[in-house]
Order: sequence, then C-alpha cells, then structure tokens
Amino acid sequence: MSRAFLLLRRRLVGSIFVLLIVVVGTFLLLEAAPGDAVDAYLVSTGGDAGIVEAMRQSWGLDQSAATRLANYLWALLHFDLGQSVAFSRPIRDVILERLPVTLVLMGASTAVSFGLGSALGIYAGARPGSFRDRFLSTASLALYAVPGFWLALVLVIIFAVDLRWFPISGFETIASGKTGLARAGDIAHHLVLPVTSLGVIYLALYLRMMRAGMAEVWRLDFVRAARARGLSRRRIVLAHVARNALLPLVTMLGLQSAQMLGGSVVIESIFSVPGLGRLAQEAVALRDTPLLLGIILVSAVLVILINLLVDITYAFLDPRVGASEASA
Amino acid sequence: MRRLTRVPEALVGFGILSALAVMALAASMLFPGDPLAIKGAPLLPPFQDWSLPLGTDRLGRDVLAELFHGARTSLAVGIAAAAAAIAVGAVIGTLAGFAGGIVDEVLMRITDAFQTVPSFLLALAFVSVVGPSLTVVVIAIALSAWTGPARVARAEVLSIRERDFVAGARVIGMHPLEIALREVLPNAVPPVLALSSVIVASAILIEAALSFLGLGDPNRITWGGMIAEGRTVLRSAPFLSIVPGVALVLTVLGVYLAGEGVVEGTAVRKGLS
Amino acid sequence: MTGPLVSIRNLSVSYRRDATSPSLRNIDLDIIAGERLAIIGESGSGKSTLALAIAGLLPSTATVDGAILWSGQPLLPRGGRDIGFVFQDASASLDPVMTVGRQIAEVARTHLGLGWAQAQHRALELLRRVRLPDPDTALGAYPHQLSGGQRQRVAIAAAIAAGPRLLIADEATSALDTIVQAEIVALIRQLVVEDGMALLFVSHDIALAAELADRIAVFRSGEMVELGTADAVIQAPGHAYTRKLLDAHIGLDAAPMIAQAGHGHV
Repeated sequence: MSRAFLLLRRRLVGSIFVLLIVVVGTFLLLEAAPGDAVDAYLVSTGGDAGIVEAMRQSWGLDQSAATRLANYLWALLHFDLGQSVAFSRPIRDVILERLPVTLVLMGASTAVSFGLGSALGIYAGARPGSFRDRFLSTASLALYAVPGFWLALVLVIIFAVDLRWFPISGFETIASGKTGLARAGDIAHHLVLPVTSLGVIYLALYLRMMRAGMAEVWRLDFVRAARARGLSRRRIVLAHVARNALLPLVTMLGLQSAQMLGGSVVIESIFSVPGLGRLAQEAVALRDTPLLLGIILVSAVLVILINLLVDITYAFLDPRVGASEASA
Repeated sequence: MRRLTRVPEALVGFGILSALAVMALAASMLFPGDPLAIKGAPLLPPFQDWSLPLGTDRLGRDVLAELFHGARTSLAVGIAAAAAAIAVGAVIGTLAGFAGGIVDEVLMRITDAFQTVPSFLLALAFVSVVGPSLTVVVIAIALSAWTGPARVARAEVLSIRERDFVAGARVIGMHPLEIALREVLPNAVPPVLALSSVIVASAILIEAALSFLGLGDPNRITWGGMIAEGRTVLRSAPFLSIVPGVALVLTVLGVYLAGEGVVEGTAVRKGLS
Repeated sequence: MTGPLVSIRNLSVSYRRDATSPSLRNIDLDIIAGERLAIIGESGSGKSTLALAIAGLLPSTATVDGAILWSGQPLLPRGGRDIGFVFQDASASLDPVMTVGRQIAEVARTHLGLGWAQAQHRALELLRRVRLPDPDTALGAYPHQLSGGQRQRVAIAAAIAAGPRLLIADEATSALDTIVQAEIVALIRQLVVEDGMALLFVSHDIALAAELADRIAVFRSGEMVELGTADAVIQAPGHAYTRKLLDAHIGLDAAPMIAQAGHGHV
C-alpha cells in the first residue's frame, strides 16, 4: 500500500475525533448563548409571544441537553445545520451559497502569497546576509505587522477612492451579464484589493519562513557535498536548498487556511464580498448564533479537508514521511 | 540584558514597547477625564490646532487622547491574553506529555480541534455569545492561542522526562503530578516563552479586528474601534483610520522586533558560552 | 604516470577565530597522478583542512597562504569534474528528498554536458560500478531507504560521475562498521585503479591507510611530520609520533597490518 494512502487513512480517523470535539464545542456554545433560536426569531420578526411554546416544541428546544445534543448530531449526520433565523432559510443552503466566493478569495490569496512569498524568500535566501536578504527580511517583518483590515482601508483610500483603479467593493459587477473569461476578468478585477489585503501577511510569513529555512539548509553537509560535486550555484539554490526549505512552508499552508478563514471575516466585510466571512459578520450583527456556529463547523470541515490535501502533498514532496509505516 | 542592546532590531523593538508602555501609563495623567468627551469641532485635521495635535474625530473627540487610551487596551489585552494562553497551554502540554497514553491522546485531539477552528471565528462566536467586555475578549483570544504553547510544552516535556533529575524525583517517590508540575514544567517553560512575542502580537491584532467589527469592550477606547469609526468618513477624513492603524502596526512591529531580539540575544549568549 | 597532479607549496590555513594556532602550517606536498596517498593524523591534526583546501571547500572565513597548483597551473580545479570528494557521513552528504539516481545524474549532467536521460543512464552504470544491489530500483530510491554502506557507495558514485583525476576520501569509511569498511575500501581501491585516478585517503586509521596507500603522510597539529612510502613508514617510522600511532595498533591487529603493508603497492 502506498505511503500516502496509509497516511491518509490514519489522518482521517484522527479527523473524525477532532470533528466530534468541534461539534460538541459548538453545541456547548449554542447552549451558552442567552436566549434560544425562538427568542432570536421573535426579536427579529417582532412576532407573537403566544406561539413561543409551540415553536420551541416543534424545534425540539424543550428537551434535555443530552437529547438535544443527540438530535444535533443526528441532524448533522444528515447535513442538516438547522434553520437560519436571520435569513429564514436552512443554514446549509445559506452557507453553500456563500462558500464558493470564499474559496475563490482564499485560493487566490494563498496562491499569490505562497507563490510570491516563497519566490522572494528564495531570492533573499540564495545569498544569506546580502543586502537584498536584509532588505527583504526587514520589509517582510514590517508587512507581517500590518493588520489586514487596516491595510484594506488604506488600499481602498489609495486605489479605489483616489486612483479609481479598482472597485471599492463587491465580488463582481452586478447584473453585468458577463460570462466566461470576461466574468473571470471582472471577478479578478474586483478581487485585487481583497486578495492583497488578505494575503499580504502570509506573503510576509512565507518569505520569512523560506528565507529562514534556507539559512538552515545552507549549513547542512549535503549542500557542501553538492558544492564539492561542482554543481552550479543556481542548481544548488533551487534544486537542493530551496527544495528542502520548501517543506515547512507546505505544512504552514494547512495552518494558514484556518487563519485565513478567520481573516476573511473582516476583509469580506470591508469589501462587501458575499462570502462565508461576511456571512459570519452578518450572523453576529443579526444575532443568529446557530448560523455563526454552522459557519464554524463548515470552516472546521474545510480546514480538515485542506489539511488532508496538504498532508498528501507533503507525502509526495518528502519521501521520508510515513516510510516506517509503509514498510511495516 | 547587555547582549540584547547589541542587536539593533531589539533596541528598536524595546524602544517602541517602552514608548507604548509610557503612553498607556501616562494616558490618565496627560489626558484626564473621559477620553470620549467632546473637545472641539468635529473632523479637525491633524497639526492644525496645537491643543489637539492629531485633530478630532467625527464627534469632536481628541484623537491623541484616544490614541493614548487605546494603547492601554491594546497592551492590556495583548499581555493578558498571551499570559493566559501560555499558562493554560504550558499546563495542558505538560500534562499531556507527562501522562502519555490515553490522556495525551485526548488532550492532543482537543488541541487539534481548537487549531482546526479558525481562531478569529472562535473569538467572534465566544464574544457574541457571552457579550463584549475586556475580560471576555481576553478569554476569547486565549481560547485559541493556547494550542501553540501546549504543543511546544508537550514536545519539550517528552524530551525532558527521561532526564536524570526527573528519574531522581521518581526514585524518591514524588507523585507523578508533582513531578510534572514542579520538576518538568519549569524546565519546559523557556521554549514556550519564546513563542510569547508571536502570541502577544496576534492577540493585539485579533483584539483590534474584533473591535473593528464592533465586538470590543464598548466602554473602552480601542484602536480597532477608532479605525472603524474613521471608516465612516474614510473619503473626507482618512487620517482618522490611518493614525490608529499606524499605531497598531508600530506596536505589533515592536513586539516582533523585541521578541526576535531576545531570541537572537539568547542564541548569541549560548554561542559564546 | 609521472609529474605531480597537485603541488602544494608552503600552504598555511587558519580559521579566523583562532589565528594564533593555524590549522595547517607550511605544508609542502605533491600528489602524483594515479598514486594513492594517505593522510594520517588524529582529529585536529589538519588533515581534513588539507583535503578541503585542495578541493576549494574551505569556509570563506578561513585565511589561506601559499599555493596549490593543479597540474602545474595556478588555476583552481573544478569540484566534481577534476576532483571527486567523498565525505565521512554519507547520510549527511546526500540530499534527503532527491532520488540517488538524480543526485548522481546531476553531476554527470553538469560536467559532461549530458541531457537528463543520458545522465540518468550514466547514473545507472555508476550504481552498477559501485556494486549497489539492484541498481535499477536503487536509481529511484531515496537516501533514507539505503543502508549506511549503500549510501557511501552512492556518494562515491556521485564523486566519480564526471571522471575526476583525483578522488579525495575524507574519513570516508570511519563511520561504517568493520565489514562494510573493508568493502568500501576495496571498492575505492578498485575504482581508483580502473580509472587511473589519484587517491587522497584521509584517515585517522593507520592500519587502513597501510592497506590501501602507496605513500603515507603523517600529520600532527597542523604540520606534516612524516612522509614516505607505506612500507617505509610502517616498518621504519622516522618520527616518534608515527611510532606512537603504530603502537596504538600493536596487539590488536598489528600482524595483519604489517602483512598487508607488504601488499600496499599493487
């Protein structure tokens, strides 16, 4: 059996436990929330207090906590996240509608930050201690300290308000009737500022990780051996030093996905990008706790899936991973 | 400490942090009374009136006074959240590493679960469920920040537990829990502390983002809240958002630089000895 | 084959930190084309520094005085093409995430101007030459999948991939157990003879050196204290320090060593 498969199987089992813990956690938060979905419904609709008990019964809110947890789990097994009070629709439908937008935004941000960050990191790390190394290192530290939401506002002031290069908000031009490439171009145009705001901190992170990783690899004996074999500097830098330093960055991709989902809340709110993050902000503003917790659950699943993907990628990039298991 | 001053970045970092601490401590003295009180005409630009050097906001409040009081919140939240996260993480990591077996497995899966949920979403949910106050914000941030220290502490404990002094404690019949907390934990702490600058910085950033979304303590001035306030007049008075943002960037940068300086400083010391 | 391949003239090397005690002091030494020269000494004797200096691998912090002439030219030889270098720790001298085939092939590709396919083919030939079991599979193996001895065979294959005229083995066998050590020494001897390479065999093990080398140079504290044919150095050591090194072996394996010394010049 292949290494990747064995690794995947082990991770999947672990992931199920992790997901269970997350589910219990969200349930506890749901229970801790003052008032329940019915209260929230009444607040939002100003409806008749007379139907409260009937609604509680029909939503199963009058049962014991253990029963409710069981119901909750049972519903989740059927991909039923409950009803959104704020949107008067199933939470699952609301989330699924918003998910693709966030995936596009996150995918683009990850691609840009990982691609550009590691490339600049290689450029800096190719000559440790050189001017460009120190410059990029300092610059990336400064970028790393910039909060995404503030950067978003600054970018809006400069590039949307003053220069008018990019639209202030939105995911695409409403009712433009564009299709295919034209639509993709329109979306890309809208996403330049959000992607930059969301990704810049990770660009800095990947740059720093690559640079630091390369500095460590340079000290390893096999690099000296590669020099002794007369390989060109270019080949040593790219095929050996950067290639080895790349591995921790790939691991970081998994951790970063969770952080980036969190970051998308503020960024999507600022740019009115109708994604999962903005939905979370709306859920908070509209006091729709079940919706917020549904988003958390979906995010957790998403993060687990991304981490599985990262693990598989890592297993392909590092032949040492899972070697002992495969031979066992 | 003398070594630290040899690393120029650390010098800058500690400079920024000292200035910040002075700002936070002197806020009430320099700007007594309610910083939310109206001090002049609204939307006065900076550097126009020297009694209000950084101008006024949409409601005519003194931006400089707000900045000073905001430093308080940022520092308090950053330090408190990091301290809580490190304390909780170190204890959980030590227990997991020392107990091993099923306890370790369960604790690590819980750690995984907390790392799987986006920390900002968790903080958001916690604050929105419990209601915004400074303590709640601190807990909300610590809720996801403890996982890093827990992992480091566990790894450290796994390497320490086999060493002589721990075996010695076992021989003289100390209770395993006592060994874990009195002999192993103190030795696992330094590498965990190395994480503190990153945790403080991210706590400050999360607090700012929460406040920006209106989930900060409503009775306190926060830089994130100031940025959100300024956003409503972004076109006419961008400085209202830019000024607190710059303060935020400098603070986080100061924390990083100081942290790197400490790490490098100790590395230098180790290298020389 | 006559004429020195490498001429070392008045070579001194010091690492900047402790300039007061240089690692190498006023060394004069010729390496003749095709000969097997062993450099013997304890750690800190400067023998590895000499090997690194010849290969141009000293860290940039080192200060070098004197000259190293390559075939009478003051030009630096190119690592890999002119000099093959085998390090002590084979596991550390191979990239852990690149197949061994590719690590050998990239040397052939760099110096012989081959394409990847040809270079890979040459790598396979080399794996056969260093007698790696199942060379076709080994081509796609990663270093961690091989044993210590197999890794050292791969490192040797990479070192000779471009057909260098000098092979430097810096404690190349000292991390291996005795049986594997003997196999690797035999392999090095065979390859050197077949390709007409000169060998610079750096070791702390005088018995091993006696078995393999035509000539032995004994180093101590950065200076060369003795240089002579293997027979002469083993049977009639001219320096007290050499005698001490030899005495350390007497009783353990002195008899076979002296017997081997007789076969030293194949």
